Amino acid sequence: MRWLRAFWDSTVGKKAVMAVTGILLVGFVVAHMLGNLQMFIGADAMNRYAAFLKSTGELLWVARAGLLGAAVLHITAAYQLTQMNRAARTDAYAKRVPAASTLASRTMRWGGVLLLAFLVFHIGHFTTGTFHPAFSHTMVYGNVILGFRSPVVSAFYLAAMAALGLHLYHGAWAGFRTLGLAKRSSAPRERRIAQGLALIVWAGFSSIPVAVWLGILN
Amino acid sequence: MHLTLHVWRQASPDQPGRLVEYAAPDISPDMSFLEMLDVVNERLIQRGEEPVAFDHDCREGICGSCGLMINGSAHGPMKLTTACQLHMRSFKDGDAIWIEPWRAKAFPVVKDLVVDRSAFDRIIQAGGYISAATGTPQDANALPIPKPDADWAMDNAACIGCGACVAACPNASASLFTAAKVTHLGALPQGQPERERRALAMVAQMDEEGFGGCTLHGECQEACPKGISIDAIMQLNRDYIRASATKVEVAEWTGAA
Repeated sequence: MRWLRAFWDSTVGKKAVMAVTGILLVGFVVAHMLGNLQMFIGADAMNRYAAFLKSTGELLWVARAGLLGAAVLHITAAYQLTQMNRAARTDAYAKRVPAASTLASRTMRWGGVLLLAFLVFHIGHFTTGTFHPAFSHTMVYGNVILGFRSPVVSAFYLAAMAALGLHLYHGAWAGFRTLGLAKRSSAPRERRIAQGLALIVWAGFSSIPVAVWLGILN
Repeated sequence: MHLTLHVWRQASPDQPGRLVEYAAPDISPDMSFLEMLDVVNERLIQRGEEPVAFDHDCREGICGSCGLMINGSAHGPMKLTTACQLHMRSFKDGDAIWIEPWRAKAFPVVKDLVVDRSAFDRIIQAGGYISAATGTPQDANALPIPKPDADWAMDNAACIGCGACVAACPNASASLFTAAKVTHLGALPQGQPERERRALAMVAQMDEEGFGGCTLHGECQEACPKGISIDAIMQLNRDYIRASATKVEVAEWTGAA
């Protein structure tokens, strides 16, 4: 198992772990967004979908454990790499002009922290109902409508989805490069795919609180 | 041209440095950036002050000795150009110019603008070589290599080891430097016997030296005076991951950790 230890200890190995877990999490995010969009079909469809997910019993817990494991590995590697990267540049430049980095690539770390904070709130809000004013374990559609009537909750949700979009804008592209799976190109196709995916995920999730506020969903 | 320079002055590695302002009047736009520094230094010497130390050798953009952070860009504002090949016509009369050394934990400042880049040598020593006896130059077509492979190897062999990639990277990562050598040798038949070992050993040494990791900002590619692409880093990652996955005994033998 020494090779595994060496792999995890290296900057390239940790990034590979982040890429694999990142791809798993992106898969979940896309499926979650598609599930959520059933809000627009109607209350029955949404509640039935939620009931179906709960009816999977042990499978649901297997999926949850897998996602939790992926998230823990992703965050642990990110934290350790951040520490290593910061230690590598202790003295800052007096003057520095970025030439290629993007807003998305520069906000991966703090955006990720925001997403983690959001995740804790989000599970407490719509899964356990701890932070929800009138939570029902069966009426998911109503939970969403009531939950988003709070301007603070909606604003936090929209900010987190913007952070998620930015995170995917850079991460979904970087992940393929980290694993060495992309083709050599100065204008990589996977970069455009990541940008499109980021836009779709951001718009898809954000549409729900916006629709609640516009009265389209009630 | 009349310029104002803000130059990093640091007497020795263990003493704190600071930016010092110098007036640089009567600079010809035809001078190279290093010639401008030569003129400034001559004036400093005439005034009995310590001249600014900076690295330089060939002054024709091929040795990799010079390396300055000029106004926040590695090697200055001109793309695909080393500091020695940058000319003062790239600046305007009255400009203020900030000149700093490469900043990285693995590149400690020796004096003023001179940094110690021996970490790069140790990365090369870890695996940036081939063991095949190549003998005297053979007939060019004796060993058939597809043209795209030869081009790709040559593009990456163009690295002059100046360290601009590390200087420009927000993580002070040496990924592009390491990847260029792994990719150069990995593209050619002579480089195959040590290919897995090379990727493991060079990455291990890169991490050991205290360089950061790659986060795909792409700053290195913009800064590289030889135009080496971050596609090379993808190749490095692929070789490293494959070597880790298949060559367990190699990983243990090199003690890659």
